Amino acid sequence: MDALELSRLQFAITTIFHFFFVPLSIGLAFTTAIMQTAWYRTKDPTYLRMTKFWGKLFLINFALGVVTGIVQEFQFGMNWSAYSRFVGDIFGVPLAIEGLLAFFLESTFLGLWIFGWNRLPPRIHLATIWLVAVGTGLSAFFILAANAWMQHPVGYTLNPETGRAELTDIMAMLMNPTAWSHFGHTILAALVTGGMFVIGVSAYHLARGHETVIFRRSMTVALIVSLFASLGVAFSGHFQAQLVAQQQPMKTASAEALWDTERGAGFSLFAIGDVENGRNHVNIQLPNMLSVLTTNTWSGEVQGINDIQAEYEQRYGPGSYIPVVGVIYWTFRLMVGAGLLMILVSVVGLFLLRRGRLETARWFLRLAPFAIALPYLANSTGWIMTEMGRQPWVVFGVMLTRDAASPTVGTGFVLTTLIGFTLIYGLLSVVDVYLLSKFARSDPPTVTEPSAEPALVY
Amino acid sequence: MEQGYLNLETLWFALIAVLWIGYFFLEGFDFGVGILMPFVGKDDIDRRILVNTIGPVWDGNEVWLIVAGGATFAAFPEWYATLFSGFYLALFLILAALIFRGVAFEFRGKDKHPEWARWWDRAIFWGSALPAFLWGVAWANILRGVPIDANKEFVGTFWSLLNPYALLGGATSLLLFTLHGGVFLTLKTDTELQLRARRVAKVLALPATVAVLGFLSWTFVNARDNDGIVPGFVPILGLIAIAAVEWLLREKLDGWAFVATGLSIVMITATIFLNLYPRVMPSSISAANDLTIWNAASTHYTLKVMTIVALIFTPIVLLYQGWTYWVFRKRIRRADVERGPGMQKRDTEGLVRPGDGEAPSPA
Repeated sequence: MDALELSRLQFAITTIFHFFFVPLSIGLAFTTAIMQTAWYRTKDPTYLRMTKFWGKLFLINFALGVVTGIVQEFQFGMNWSAYSRFVGDIFGVPLAIEGLLAFFLESTFLGLWIFGWNRLPPRIHLATIWLVAVGTGLSAFFILAANAWMQHPVGYTLNPETGRAELTDIMAMLMNPTAWSHFGHTILAALVTGGMFVIGVSAYHLARGHETVIFRRSMTVALIVSLFASLGVAFSGHFQAQLVAQQQPMKTASAEALWDTERGAGFSLFAIGDVENGRNHVNIQLPNMLSVLTTNTWSGEVQGINDIQAEYEQRYGPGSYIPVVGVIYWTFRLMVGAGLLMILVSVVGLFLLRRGRLETARWFLRLAPFAIALPYLANSTGWIMTEMGRQPWVVFGVMLTRDAASPTVGTGFVLTTLIGFTLIYGLLSVVDVYLLSKFARSDPPTVTEPSAEPALVY
Repeated sequence: MEQGYLNLETLWFALIAVLWIGYFFLEGFDFGVGILMPFVGKDDIDRRILVNTIGPVWDGNEVWLIVAGGATFAAFPEWYATLFSGFYLALFLILAALIFRGVAFEFRGKDKHPEWARWWDRAIFWGSALPAFLWGVAWANILRGVPIDANKEFVGTFWSLLNPYALLGGATSLLLFTLHGGVFLTLKTDTELQLRARRVAKVLALPATVAVLGFLSWTFVNARDNDGIVPGFVPILGLIAIAAVEWLLREKLDGWAFVATGLSIVMITATIFLNLYPRVMPSSISAANDLTIWNAASTHYTLKVMTIVALIFTPIVLLYQGWTYWVFRKRIRRADVERGPGMQKRDTEGLVRPGDGEAPSPA
């Protein structure tokens, strides 16, 4: 592997690892804030204990999101300096704004929340966790706006004199429909991640008859959030897919293994492709469904890979513009499949709850902890599809990935940091899983008054 | 090329300088606390107190670095690209250190195994000492000039960054931050711990002053052949401030000693930036290859957008971060810790969660 491929692998590893923690942080920030609000309103100590229990898991998870986030910001300059020079005028803006608006907000108010239980008036203290939650949402928006610009660049011009892309319209960038569809889909997915986590952990305790009051309530909150959010993810995903079909038809065609342009195209359920010859050996389809989903018409035209390739060669010059079709096709199916299962978990859970059978449905309580894996699968495959589906471009239609890496950073250097980050992240994930599962299985704290807080927090 | 100081490029150069000054002032003392942990923390309660003195603020302090990085990316993309790809391995070491240190604060109290806290304490020490040293190395190299070719690319090696001037810069920042942290602890702790912190700080004051004197003198010698702004009284003030620390501590004027270490950090960092201006990364190959605020900057449109955002939000950030320091202004008193509900009633009423890894009370 050369420096470019190693840099890509490193970006994939550091970003997927970072995004293991981010959605749960966002989801649990809101969940914890909701529970503390319930405590503030009702003064029912059970809600305080819930806040403390889920808040502790939130903090363990948040720590890893923070430290892996610093790498995210530095690695553009370290491994992708050509990219940074070319688009810094544009891409740096949302990153800087993210730091100023979101990171300061999150870190400062999180410190106030952790250490402020008996130093701040209850109302102010409640506001701090909400500000943290708002901070996580703001952060998500600006980084997604940055990514959306790579998927669908707007509000810029190419300056032939400097050879750089330059920002001409910040509002166009911030109002990029791709950014907003990214944002809706991602924030809802984060809420489902938090929801599935709370459902799984609560089910573990309910199955053992631990603290049934706390975990029934937690489960109820989480089931309701998960149902709405997982349906929301599906709908926002649908609109996002339609947008992608217009903006990056190659990604859509690859996700469907659709080699030739068709009217009334079918939605592929299972395909075995023959990439070299640009066709499928096997393809089981729902007739017409792809056209319906992407164009809202029964016989709308959906472009195929071979036709888009021919068109792009005309427009951008010779070369392959086809991503790794197999990866795009299967990550898309894994994401959608996991998403549908999460809707099912929420529906079944709520049904059992309504019937008053939640705590006696052993099978549900035994299976639900495994559902915690679903959002992680969907989040990761969703991003792999989004990012690999854009290849060979780093900025769609503007800059190729192979031109983006740091020209002076050698293979040995990239390999060193790749091994380094992989070892560090591997070690930290072992520690994190150990701590999360330990505290998730422990009893909720018996603290019923914030004034009973110990003098030391850490 | 534009001239004069009233332009967006100069404004952003100044803002990035302010971000680094703020970062070194704030994270400087939390690095210092991390470095001093094994030396002034005699038992686990001590070490917990030490972590708790910076617990509410260290993360907010670190954001100054992230925003400095983001602002450099947006305002001077060529600087960001050359610096980050050029100082590749050094930045990797800093990142690794900051990763372990950051999780260590959160994780060290979460398990009872005797080796657990000890390992995270090592992470806090090395995770604080390594960046405290490497930031000095990095900035000394930036000011000294590194090999940059006509394509604005760094063409030196990792080892070329470890030259004597840069190592002196590293020693200076390491000593200065450690001292800053020691003086900070005299303000945030009491009894034995406070005495130990003051003693360590008094011992460090002289070597830190010598290092600052050496670094500033060498910088002055180097600066004769560049056309940066003459920093005038700024470095002299930085030197006087650090030289006064020992006396201030002896007189138990801890608050003024903290002002002095802080002022010294501010003035030395300001000296570096004044000396650089209008260059951001001088080239040791040829002055024609220097990265300057003119040839490294973004377009005026981007700088204007960023300026508006910064003008609106920076005051808000300063207000709420300042407020945090006000909320947590009190010392952590050892007696309160030992008497506190977490310690006293732990076993009888279970006020601390079972499975929580805090050390049992010696009381």
